[in-house]
Amino acid sequence: MSAFPRGAAALVGTATYGLGESPGLSSIDMAVHASVRALSACGLAPADVDGLFICLADDPLSGLTLAEYLGVQPKVLDNSRLGGSSFQMHLFWATLALAAGQCDVALIAYGSNQKTATGKLMTAAGLSGYESPYKALAPISSYALAVARHMHEFGTTRKHLAEVAVAARSWAKLNPEAVMRADLSIDDCLNARLVSSPLGLRDCCLVTDGAAAAVVVRAERARDLCRYPAYVLGAASSVTHRDISSMPDLTTTAAVQSAARAYAQAGIGVGDVDVVQLYDAFTINTIMLLEDLGFCAKGEGGAFVSGGRIAPGGELPVNTNGGGLSCVHPGMYGLFTLVEAARQIGGECGARQVPDVNIALAHGNGGVLSSQATVVLCSAAAL
Amino acid sequence: MTASSANTATLMPELGFRRHLAEGRFMLLRSRSSGRTMFYPRVAMPLTGEQDLEWVQADGRGTVYSTTAISVRPPGEPYNVALIDLVEGPRLMSRVDGIAAQDVTIGMRVQARIVQESGQPLLVFVPAETEARA
Repeated sequence: MSAFPRGAAALVGTATYGLGESPGLSSIDMAVHASVRALSACGLAPADVDGLFICLADDPLSGLTLAEYLGVQPKVLDNSRLGGSSFQMHLFWATLALAAGQCDVALIAYGSNQKTATGKLMTAAGLSGYESPYKALAPISSYALAVARHMHEFGTTRKHLAEVAVAARSWAKLNPEAVMRADLSIDDCLNARLVSSPLGLRDCCLVTDGAAAAVVVRAERARDLCRYPAYVLGAASSVTHRDISSMPDLTTTAAVQSAARAYAQAGIGVGDVDVVQLYDAFTINTIMLLEDLGFCAKGEGGAFVSGGRIAPGGELPVNTNGGGLSCVHPGMYGLFTLVEAARQIGGECGARQVPDVNIALAHGNGGVLSSQATVVLCSAAAL
Repeated sequence: MTASSANTATLMPELGFRRHLAEGRFMLLRSRSSGRTMFYPRVAMPLTGEQDLEWVQADGRGTVYSTTAISVRPPGEPYNVALIDLVEGPRLMSRVDGIAAQDVTIGMRVQARIVQESGQPLLVFVPAETEARA
């Protein structure tokens, strides 16, 4: 029996920082820039924080680093790392810790200077000794293998993938913060060079710098700190493998399990969701995850994303910030899905604001379709 | 001491796999009691935890489960990476040689081969028909 403390905690302050390029700053500098902005948005300061949640790509002990940098001695400190879905699980643990009275103000933070520091994706998810001799591109070839299988089983096409990239770009054009805002057509995607077939250049997420942070408190205090808190209704994760060669079925992710548990905790059905933020490391993620999250049947994701259904003005708004494909992708993107979901609930999204958002999904993906984590957030009206 | 614990004490999964390859043998770990085979080699069978493990010669036949052709700068040709389902059940990452990278297809029957690459033995696969003619 699930005893998740539904609605017991809420995001009351969120921030992003340095999307694109932030020369001269380290990953922790950037994470702290976002952190103090998120705290300040709800009238708090580092000294108020007694729960810290972080993982940085270039610092395995980043929990210690952040505590030292902020000058705090947290009661709860978590540095756990599940790839890009880490932050969904940070929110899971933060909610449990807050509900159990183990801390009062939790801060979840991430930052990466990968673009200016290395120019490429900074990842700990290298290939195992059994995979590395074949020189697969990490992580793109692993995703390409999933795409090939999805195409083989369900007739998914490169045009379906292109629909995802174009929808993400259409949202990015409405977001002044998004890194890639130039026009992008289906033909641009189809004509882009293949990197690891069937995936081409426009199927891949960006490589950028960027940071994000979120402040989480118990629900009874949320309205004092924030006009429109985003309450945590459900949070769950599941994992099927680390390396792609050990993924049981390359067309179905553990999001099937994580979403089912998160919806049950939240007491919602997929039809209740107003807006979806999901980790689109590659265009196939959006197609497969929309299937696994229950928005369409397995194999129908390609048709589902076509015709502008997930673009601005479409039936289901997906990745309203432009996603990892067009907004920002600083290595582990999961926290940005939470920030955008909270911003949509808070009505802070300007031109890309979806009207009347009461229930928002923020779904993280880690490794190579390995770790899946689903969070359901809601407005006060939907509690 | 039982045979299985004696075996476990001397079992070196990755080193053993590579040593066998160097001797020209593609070997898998199998549980004596359950008959289940695993890949990659581990010190215990997933889920059941059996440690009564022994190295057995792989059949060598398999089927392409998925495939990708990785682009390189011209004039280089794309190279292949594939996931192969072995007839014993387990799946592994490898590549299919003897055919253009982009011509490898899902469902293609393949046969294991050990080649030398960068001074190391490497497990690859070739289309099964090619192997039959060879």
